Amino acid sequence: MSRIFETPLYPYARSSDQDAETPVRHPVIVVGAGPVGLAAAIDLAQHNVPVVIIDDNDKVSFGSRAICFAKRPLEILDRLGCGEPMVEKGVTWNTGKVFFDERQVYAFDLLPEQGHKRPAFINLQQYHFEKYMVDRVLELQAAGKQIEIRGGSRVTSIKPRPDHVRLTVETPDGPYELEADWLIACDGAASPIRAMMGLDFVGRVFEDNFLIADVIMDADFPTERWFWFDPPFNRGQSALLHKQPDGVWRIDFQIGWDIDRAEELKPENIDRRLRAMLGEDIKYELEWSSIYTFQCRRMEKFHEGRVIFAGDAAHQVSPFGARGANSGLQDTDNLIWKLKLILDGKAPESLLETYDAERIHGADENIMNSSRSTDFITPKSEISRVFRDAVLDLSERYEFARPLVNSGRLSVPCTYDGSPLNGPDCQTMPRRTRPGSPAVDAPLDQGAWLLYRLDGQFHILAIDAEVPDSLCEHGICATSICLSAAGNDALRERYLGDASSAVYLIRPDQHVAARWETFDEPAMREAIDRASGRI
Amino acid sequence: MNNQAELVLTPNIARADDFYANLIAAHEGLTKAESDALNARLVLILANHVGNETVLAQALSAARLAKGE
Ligand SMILES: Cc1cc2nc3c(=O)[nH]c(=O)nc-3n(C[C@H](O)[C@H](O)[C@H](O)COP(=O)(O)OP(=O)(O)OC[C@H]3O[C@@H](n4cnc5c(N)ncnc54)[C@H](O)[C@@H]3O)c2cc1C
Repeated sequence: MSRIFETPLYPYARSSDQDAETPVRHPVIVVGAGPVGLAAAIDLAQHNVPVVIIDDNDKVSFGSRAICFAKRPLEILDRLGCGEPMVEKGVTWNTGKVFFDERQVYAFDLLPEQGHKRPAFINLQQYHFEKYMVDRVLELQAAGKQIEIRGGSRVTSIKPRPDHVRLTVETPDGPYELEADWLIACDGAASPIRAMMGLDFVGRVFEDNFLIADVIMDADFPTERWFWFDPPFNRGQSALLHKQPDGVWRIDFQIGWDIDRAEELKPENIDRRLRAMLGEDIKYELEWSSIYTFQCRRMEKFHEGRVIFAGDAAHQVSPFGARGANSGLQDTDNLIWKLKLILDGKAPESLLETYDAERIHGADENIMNSSRSTDFITPKSEISRVFRDAVLDLSERYEFARPLVNSGRLSVPCTYDGSPLNGPDCQTMPRRTRPGSPAVDAPLDQGAWLLYRLDGQFHILAIDAEVPDSLCEHGICATSICLSAAGNDALRERYLGDASSAVYLIRPDQHVAARWETFDEPAMREAIDRASGRI
Repeated sequence: MNNQAELVLTPNIARADDFYANLIAAHEGLTKAESDALNARLVLILANHVGNETVLAQALSAARLAKGE
């Protein structure tokens, strides 16, 4: 049986575009069928924008990469229609253990807040994740949406023009040309498109290597996350053990900078490491191994004329905190509704400037958090190591030191504080739902969930307040969702706070745009104009 | 948390000589590495006790003998 990441899912097939006399123009072309490109395309198709995805490969992510997907991306994936199978397949853990030297220093229990549809995160192999997204693409095709993946097709040149982009695509049948009104580059950290356009990608390189081994074990390890600082089996370095579905365990060894890659990857050397860590008599099958290094960097701007960058192409972080794919999905969540409004002539092109502003803010937050984790895991100076070890020693005995232990801070959603799209705030309401923040889920009647009602359009969310059924401003219609906080403590606590009623304007990406205690039509109209970049 | 709090930079330890002697005694017989580790633990414990972000920032700056403080 071949493994899922070795099975062609969208093999090259000749397109009629290849026989056209002149290059065919598409409204949007997405380059790259990784998690981010697929999310962009699915979102566009759901908005009835025809989209072509071009990928030089024909399979899901080769081997093992991302394994941890956080709550906010899962909520985005729900809106994209593929969250359910992922959560069903994924594993969740609640207990983490931290080891230092030869001993366990402490264990912690994550106590997720109740009243959310989705867990704080799941562990799921990236290849499964991408497979479910490809399944969703096929489902949309079957439903008549214009969405297409062209596998085995490599973009080899692009010519940006003021109102479109011309590209050359290399295929097994030779090259052909295409045009796109808009091009979304989701072509990964090495982004050939970024390079072709000569754009900068600056930041910090970390001089370190990590060896990943994904092993299939019939082990009775509990479903927990174990992290070692300076263990006897990997002196001076760190190690991580994580559970994935199908009995697969992710083991991650930090191995330092000066290494012989070929030597480290020899099965007998991996075997030696695994036995030192897990015991001489373990039985396992090595599913995958690789060595990765990482960088923390981003582009200066995320779009240049009609070319828009998203995901790893635009920013790269260390894997600690699982922020790569997780933040890439927040990019497209932020981008696609804006692009849709621009395509429909309902918002000015300058709305894209706010994609840059909001997602650069997100990228900087991610880079900061993942750099801090890296600096804790691999102290960069003598004194930094002294403090790191002091924190770990104290954490064994005193609870206060545990929040200082940083083996990765799980990706949490970005709040766009200070965004030009934000309208008025209301001080009596909770901080967590202030303008710029993603709407927080809450249970509704009959097993329904708030976020499921926020379906990719503008909405007016009214809680114990009188509002019209909908309000249209410059072609943008916000329909109302009317709820009561009576008997719904989660809703009260998350949206009302000290206020007795609330009216929220929610953006298509489920972020809060503005809020008031009562409905004020001129103020609401102004907030819609502001949230769509008209003022 | 009291955000108005100010770092105390006037004498605040009742028996200053006793404290100082205890501090030095705590390091007795330790290697340089062990002493460094003890100091680091002490800083962390005291910082947690203080808690207040403003005071901690003022303390960091005071410890650097920063100009204009
Ligand atoms: C060890 C490791 C662990 C990680 N763990 C996590 C985690 O737990 N959680 C998390 O969220 N993230 C994690 N990440 C990061 C995550 O894997 C990436 O952020 C994610 O894959 C980025 O998705 P993307 O779609 O932007 O790019 P990619 O997945 O790199 O996809 C780019 C696509 O573009 C295609 N392409 C490239 N050039 C061309 C071209 N010229 N023409 C056509 N197609 C092209 C490629 O074939 C590829 O399919 C991890 C990464 C590593 C290495």
